[in-house]
Amino acid sequence: MHWVGAAAVICMILSGWAIYNASPSLAFRFPRWMTLGGWLAGGIAWHITAMWVLFVDGSAYLLYGFCSGHFRRDITPRGPGAVIHDMWAALTGRLGHRLGHYNAVQRLLYAGVIAVICVSVVTGLSIWKPVQLGWLADLFGGYPIARFIHLAAMICIVLFLIVHLTLVVIFPRTLVAMLTNTAVEPKETAS
Amino acid sequence: MSLPRTERIKPSVTADEIRPELIGIGRRSALMRGLSLGGLAMLTGCDLSTHSGVDAALWAMMRFDDRVQAALFSRKRLAQTYPVSAVTEPFRFNAYYQEWQVREMPPDWRLELSGRITEKAPWTIDKLHALPRETQITRHICIEGWSQIGQWSGVPLHAFLQRVGADFKARYVSFKCFDGYSTSIDMPSALHPQTILALDFLDKPLGPEWGAPVRLRIPTKLGYKSAKNIQAIAVTNAYPGGYWEDQGYDWFSGS
Repeated sequence: MHWVGAAAVICMILSGWAIYNASPSLAFRFPRWMTLGGWLAGGIAWHITAMWVLFVDGSAYLLYGFCSGHFRRDITPRGPGAVIHDMWAALTGRLGHRLGHYNAVQRLLYAGVIAVICVSVVTGLSIWKPVQLGWLADLFGGYPIARFIHLAAMICIVLFLIVHLTLVVIFPRTLVAMLTNTAVEPKETAS
Repeated sequence: MSLPRTERIKPSVTADEIRPELIGIGRRSALMRGLSLGGLAMLTGCDLSTHSGVDAALWAMMRFDDRVQAALFSRKRLAQTYPVSAVTEPFRFNAYYQEWQVREMPPDWRLELSGRITEKAPWTIDKLHALPRETQITRHICIEGWSQIGQWSGVPLHAFLQRVGADFKARYVSFKCFDGYSTSIDMPSALHPQTILALDFLDKPLGPEWGAPVRLRIPTKLGYKSAKNIQAIAVTNAYPGGYWEDQGYDWFSGS
């Protein structure tokens, strides 16, 4: 589920950049080679195709996360004190990393990015259908504001991905665990 | 001081002992790379203009999305309307060409009708002006993402179609314009109360840049569906496509 969702989110972001470039809200455009779809129509086609993948995968993941207790057990954020403590420990290199167990900073980031992806999906629906789902657009303060929140959510997700991928590069064995679908610590070897 | 080669600590696991696992991991990561970075690099070339399988899949997904959009559409659900004070000024010119290329109305202009319509006699602009009108202040949302609020008034399309005896069971209403543009909409959207053949913009008869002498204004669809400078209307069961739709904008484009 993680990898299908990851592919869908990456497709959504890159095709979203192609759409953004058609009418940028901020003072920059994304280089064309970084976008998916080539131009506006291609970007939209990718966006509303990957949307279904994200929607199906994301719904299944949320259902699993809530029902299995995974969310409650593993990523329910702890208090700010624990976050500061673990952040300090991580920065000073004293934070242990056990596969399958998340520290307070990870809990905050993972719960946060799941929430932000949900916000981006819901604002995305509201700007896709601002008349048929007008109540949803109103909830976000109308079409232009919903569109801006959608953009802000993308930026948050990209920032998360930068931190997330940097940490994977620093701790590559987590990637092996994710790829082999195991969360087992390698046995300590006697030395 | 480095240890002599023979005195290096012997690894408890040698590469040979875990070779199958290493190969498995290598294959998997190669697969993931293929699916992600390399794959994306190839896929970025898929922009709806090629005959690749990916582009075919994207087109198929757009047809699926069109059906979802048609199912979401309700003729009773109205686009939000705004007070006069909310009208965007200045209103942005938008077309598939630049503003200096705007075409004036041809002197012998008549609105031509064809297809599944009983009274196909062409309409003069005066005859159109004689029909009852409605005014709306609605948000025009471009497929590019920007939006602005404008005021249009004109003849509700459902009233006009009824007047000329259009077949309401037909699937499409298509619009051909004398500036080379064209588009088409589904019949339920054509019969929506806020879909109008606009004659006025901001309380004045349409200027050529705003679509003179008559344009479609359909706030339940994206802006490119509101065709300007209309020359001909047809009611048909054969998919008519349109200028942008043929290049890849999704056809239904409902708001």
